[in-house]
Amino acid sequence: MSRVPLPYTQKVLDLFRNPKNLGKMEDANVVAVAGNPACGDMITFYMKITPDDVIEKATFESYGCAANIATASIVTEMIKGLTLQSAWNDVTWKKVTEEVGGLPSVKFHCGILAVGAVKRAIRKYCEEKGKSPDWLPKETTFEEKQALEEEELAKTLSKRLKVAEEKQS
Amino acid sequence: MVENVKELLRAHEGITHEVYLDNENSTIVPREVVDAMLPYYGQKAYGNPTLTHKPGWEAFEVIMESQKKIADYLGAKILEELTFTPSETEANNLGIMGAVLANKARGKKIVISEIEPINVLQVAEFMAKYGFTTTKIPVNSEGTIDLEKLKDTVDRETVLVSVSNVNNEIGTIQPVKEAVAIVKDMNPLTIFHTDLSDAYTRIPVDVQELKVDMATISSYKILGPRGIGALYIREGVNVEKILEGQIGTQKLWPGVENTPLIVGFTKASELAFTNFVKNVNRMRSLRDKLVDGVFEELTDVKFNGTRGEKRSPDNANISFLRAEGEALTIELSLKGIYVSSGSACSRRLLQPSHVLVAIGRRFSEAHGSILMKTTRYMTEEDIDYVLEVLPNAVNRIRGIVGNTGVD
Repeated sequence: MSRVPLPYTQKVLDLFRNPKNLGKMEDANVVAVAGNPACGDMITFYMKITPDDVIEKATFESYGCAANIATASIVTEMIKGLTLQSAWNDVTWKKVTEEVGGLPSVKFHCGILAVGAVKRAIRKYCEEKGKSPDWLPKETTFEEKQALEEEELAKTLSKRLKVAEEKQS
Repeated sequence: MVENVKELLRAHEGITHEVYLDNENSTIVPREVVDAMLPYYGQKAYGNPTLTHKPGWEAFEVIMESQKKIADYLGAKILEELTFTPSETEANNLGIMGAVLANKARGKKIVISEIEPINVLQVAEFMAKYGFTTTKIPVNSEGTIDLEKLKDTVDRETVLVSVSNVNNEIGTIQPVKEAVAIVKDMNPLTIFHTDLSDAYTRIPVDVQELKVDMATISSYKILGPRGIGALYIREGVNVEKILEGQIGTQKLWPGVENTPLIVGFTKASELAFTNFVKNVNRMRSLRDKLVDGVFEELTDVKFNGTRGEKRSPDNANISFLRAEGEALTIELSLKGIYVSSGSACSRRLLQPSHVLVAIGRRFSEAHGSILMKTTRYMTEEDIDYVLEVLPNAVNRIRGIVGNTGVD
């Protein structure tokens, strides 16, 4: 059962109650997913990027807690109107955490996952368009690694769970 | 951080109806219980029961009378078999730690069920420091312990077995009497402990009938004050104390007895056992109304644990698929409905409730679980209100999820 006290900020609560940029985007030209439902922490980002690499709009869907919803929502606000380069370099998980007025430390990973998902989307878009800009590092960044780690963890847990799942069927 | 909480509380202003269903994690204390306790803070029996003056003797008298009453409710034969402790946690620590240390010559193996509460599970595992091993017996999809596995596991080395009578999360009633018979048949020297915290006042319990060696009960689980529990230890079972300090009336728990809390615990027991059948039927009918209503109003819901006679009358544990539990608890709180979830969200480990995993729930199902427990103080109107609010809350959270994470 959930035990660690979670004194969420007003901003987190506001974004939880009235999330900005929520929902699937029909005319998105890149979609990226990060996290895993087995972890109870998963985000889908939809972005529409203009031919000159500006993020025209971004929306999200989230399977997760209030911090997951709030950080995903704020990230869509933060990257709107930015160039891909600026979104890549300037939107860090620490800034995301600041933007929501701070998060309990056990929830830092929500902001990290949201930024990881954005980076994944940008990388995917560049690959699909055959672009390799100077600012895009070949090696995966901290946030991308964290997203991967969480997904790997989900796989490990799921394996351990297979025996248990057989019981159910 | 406290400022944040003040803001969160302000977001709850204007709530017109409140329904507290998180009776797993703490409860209200009824006025009658508080009233029974109050005189013991300033009017009488405020002394230390071991000392030679009137307030001390008064305290001694009321503690002994309380001990007698609770011993009677449990079916204990003699007064000394009951030790008051500060809570269920301390009672389980004393029972498990104190018994295995006192009887370590009999063996170093501890056997528990896979779905024991944290304060049994972690104490058993902690004993690895002293060379003990812990084996966990699996449960089936209803949460019932595998008695065959228990039989295969208990051996000459087994010093202690602990199986709670009613599971705190999914309410499954375990066949404790049968488990005791199996264990004693395999090894008569093995000590059998049961946590009765979720059974006491909900199903009939009698330590003589169950033939257990030790049993834990807790005040806050029965609408009594927090900070008091008790451990029954059958006469002749050797348990050593696990804390050092001044010993008073409680030979296995040092420190000054908390007379008002003992009185409150006793009063809460009395209230539950006066009209026991009526009280239990009330919990059950409210719980059934709640569960039936949820299944009528919503699709993609799963009931966790078993229905019918093998479930505690107060417990409802439901998984709402495509919704995350922590988000649901907050959404419901803003509408005045207070519940808890088996979701892993507050932990970086991202692992949900071990009980739900043990009964074969997928992680995504466990993350969407909500635990609700009814009490005799709730009304039909309370449940109507929950059924009015809950579907909208689930649907709003599902709206945020969209297709994310849907297989």
